[in-house]
Amino acid sequence: MAAGTGSGPGGISIRALVKHYGTFEAVAGIDLEIRRGEFLTLLGPSGSGKTTLLMMIAGFQDATSGDIRLDDRSIVAMPPEKRNFGMVFQGYALFPHMTVADNIGYALSVRGRPRAEIAARVAEMLELAQLQGMGARLPAQLSGGQQQRVALARALAFSPPVLLLDEPLGALDRKLRIEVQEQLKELHRRLGTTFIYVTHDQEEALSMSDRIVIMRAGRVEQVGTPEELYSRPRTEFAASFLGKSNFLRRDGKVWALRPEKIDLSVATGQATGGRLSGRILSMAYFGSVLKYQVETAEQGQIEVDVDAWRGGGALPVGTAVGLDWSEQAAVLLGS
Amino acid sequence: MAALTLRTSGWLLVLPLLGLVVVMFAGPLFNIFWLSFTDPGPGLSNYTALAERESLRRLLWVTLRICALTTLFSVVLGYCIAYAMTHAGEGARQKMLLLLLISFWISVLVRTFAWIMILGRNGLLNNGLMSAGLISAPLPFVRNELGVLIGMVHYMIPYAVLPLLGAMRAIDGRVMAASRNLGASPAQTFWRIWLPLTKPGVIAASLLVFILSLGFYVTPAILGGGKVLMVAEYISVQVLITLKWGTAAMLAVLILVSVLALLALMSRFMKLSAALGGRA
Ligand SMILES: Nc1ncnc2c1ncn2[C@@H]1O[C@H](COP(=O)(O)OP(=O)(O)OP(=O)(O)O)[C@@H](O)[C@H]1O
Ligand SMILES: [Mg+2]
Repeated sequence: MAAGTGSGPGGISIRALVKHYGTFEAVAGIDLEIRRGEFLTLLGPSGSGKTTLLMMIAGFQDATSGDIRLDDRSIVAMPPEKRNFGMVFQGYALFPHMTVADNIGYALSVRGRPRAEIAARVAEMLELAQLQGMGARLPAQLSGGQQQRVALARALAFSPPVLLLDEPLGALDRKLRIEVQEQLKELHRRLGTTFIYVTHDQEEALSMSDRIVIMRAGRVEQVGTPEELYSRPRTEFAASFLGKSNFLRRDGKVWALRPEKIDLSVATGQATGGRLSGRILSMAYFGSVLKYQVETAEQGQIEVDVDAWRGGGALPVGTAVGLDWSEQAAVLLGS
Repeated sequence: MAALTLRTSGWLLVLPLLGLVVVMFAGPLFNIFWLSFTDPGPGLSNYTALAERESLRRLLWVTLRICALTTLFSVVLGYCIAYAMTHAGEGARQKMLLLLLISFWISVLVRTFAWIMILGRNGLLNNGLMSAGLISAPLPFVRNELGVLIGMVHYMIPYAVLPLLGAMRAIDGRVMAASRNLGASPAQTFWRIWLPLTKPGVIAASLLVFILSLGFYVTPAILGGGKVLMVAEYISVQVLITLKWGTAAMLAVLILVSVLALLALMSRFMKLSAALGGRA
């Protein structure tokens, strides 16, 4: 679908990219191919270098070394205004002294386009962002969600081949966020623009992306589709950052095991079924799932998710239980 | 109930001070106002003299012109300084601020005489130029309008820089980055984003400098060498030498009303307390 490859503008290739702040290495050698038209998410904990990487792609930070190529042309030394990338900033950075319409028309206006063309494009973008009738307002007269849409419309008004988004939904409340997530995805599908999206919200990353780049301390930990990353994490960090995971250790090897892939059964008498046995330490109720912490002798605490609609209600703390899972459920890490 | 007593007791506390202000400030002010209508005789004669007497009109014109030029140069130079300070590193900015404040704190008298030593007939500049063979006779830098302007602009620059610096430091750097990202060159970004966003600071700085210039006394008196007469010096001459108190009072009222009008104008653009350095 959207993740096309090959010709057409909007493919970015990043090679051995490094950024030092003084002696501190914020980006420590990143290689990444971003395909034309894909929705790529940079996911990582605070301080892992997501914004720094994005700012280097946008041209606001100089790379210490390495190369950034757009469709096989190096852009690493190009000033930001020449790169033609749209960007939605953390906090939106709308022009506070300009109306919504002037904000959206800015990119065309600085390119010296005729007034009529700008007006037509602004009207089109206002509609796309569902901001009809708000063109004459100032940014301060808009709600957070509306400001976010203005920022998006402004960044897309000049039809950039690539759109960079730095935690665009960070300031919105949860409900609005989910709504805007869907609108963003829909927009991406419709425009075919390459989206590079920064977030540290793993659910957002899973639900929106074609591919996710998990970052850690200025490096790429793992790249893949949400499904690949979730079902075949390669490191403990990747497994625990994207979703929850138990880690089973034996003979110096480590396996990741997702809580929802474990079957939990009540032990009958002396005989416990399954690969591990233990006792329920605590339980938390999350509406659709029950999360149990099970204390086992061999592997310590194991988290087990059980669909709440299964079984006959919650098991009391202290119940002896057996844990079982299918062969493929436990993923050997480091492979 | 408690709030009420607190309020009344609060008023009681400021009452002595309030009395002092009324007696020491409002009283003389009223006296000046009164004088302007009654001295030498009752009526509007002091005010109609403005229309009749060429010398008074010239006095006002010179004052306005010098104030306007001072404002222009101070704000333009102040804008450059504030811009450099905003974009300097933290350490450099602190040093620049210190230099600015030092010149702010030195007495206006000292600074004015320092300019005489630099710009006078036998001053540093003329001596330097002559010994370098660039000029044969001293250039008249002081005892004229140029000298007054140099001295006043020098004095006013800190007043222009401070509100401008406040306005510039309040600008979100991401807004500037957004402009570049949307394809604007650095020059376009300056004219279309930076300058409009600092406009309130420019207005505040201009009004502040203009208002302060209106009442300037020492610098024009010394650097003008008696040749460049501004309102404040003229008033002092009327009061101390020619004893025409009515004319002096009329001019004082005129300045006071102009300043109040300018402040009213300013308050339409921004919160006055913020422009004058306070908060909220
Ligand atoms: N201008 C700077 N000078 C020095 N260090 C910096 C600068 N900008 C960022 N850093 C450091 O570089 C590292 C990466 O910062 P970056 O802003 O890229 O993180 P991030 O992944 O975007 O984090 P967050 O999720 O909190 O936004 C951090 O440790 C940060 O302290
Ligand atoms: Mg960031």
